[in-house]
Amino acid sequence: MRLAEVVEALEAEVLVGRELLERQAPAAGASDVVSDLLFFGRPGMVLLTGLTRASMIRAAELADVAAVVIVRGKRPEDEAVELARELGMPLLVSPHSLYDCCGRLYVRGLPGPIPACRRAESEEDS
Amino acid sequence: MLGGGFFLAGRASGEVKRRLGETGLARELARRVVIATYEAEMNICIHAISGDVCVSVEGKGATVVATDRGPGIADVEQALVPGFSTASEKARELGFGAGMGLTNMQRCADSFKIESEVGCGTTVQMEFRPRPTDSEEKPG
Repeated sequence: MRLAEVVEALEAEVLVGRELLERQAPAAGASDVVSDLLFFGRPGMVLLTGLTRASMIRAAELADVAAVVIVRGKRPEDEAVELARELGMPLLVSPHSLYDCCGRLYVRGLPGPIPACRRAESEEDS
Repeated sequence: MLGGGFFLAGRASGEVKRRLGETGLARELARRVVIATYEAEMNICIHAISGDVCVSVEGKGATVVATDRGPGIADVEQALVPGFSTASEKARELGFGAGMGLTNMQRCADSFKIESEVGCGTTVQMEFRPRPTDSEEKPG
């Protein structure tokens, strides 16, 4: 799904990365915890989060997230916006709840990430 | 790097990610190195006084050694339990302190060693080798 479609589906405001909305995302996931993002995340995914801090932007970039969407209309801290600009990370704000944002993307066919634990478990089984 | 502060947290790992992209390491392996390095860096920021993280690339693999000066870990077995954390309230506000850092490192690395001395510090050594599940795709 193109980021432009994500913006439309989530009725999001684009704070950073208006020029990057043609970027494609193969999946989306939700987390308010940095280590969970690193554990479950999938490169290229859209991250839905309630965390408004720069720390999540940094982690998202390291995890190759395609865009960060902050939910519930929360405003990210200034450092988060600056870091998103510096790293070229699209940063959006949606007025909808985390649950609703997940649903809005899911019904449009955007799957969740494949958890690393599931990959590791299937490796152990085989 | 200096511990106890979050202002620059993650910048070192960002630099590691950028430099690994120039080495030709397979993308999935590089990603595992970056995640493990980041978790090690964050442990230093959250818990230690200061520390160093050394990343070296050898052929198709890599080694990461993270050494810190700090309180050390009294019970390493307990610290390795997923979800166990001694992180401060401030760390949790920033999205840290889930107690998954060492777990993530173990998942990402192909060998993992941790040693700690209370009142002195902690050292983590990790090795990364190509896995059958790694993609053949190299960084573009």
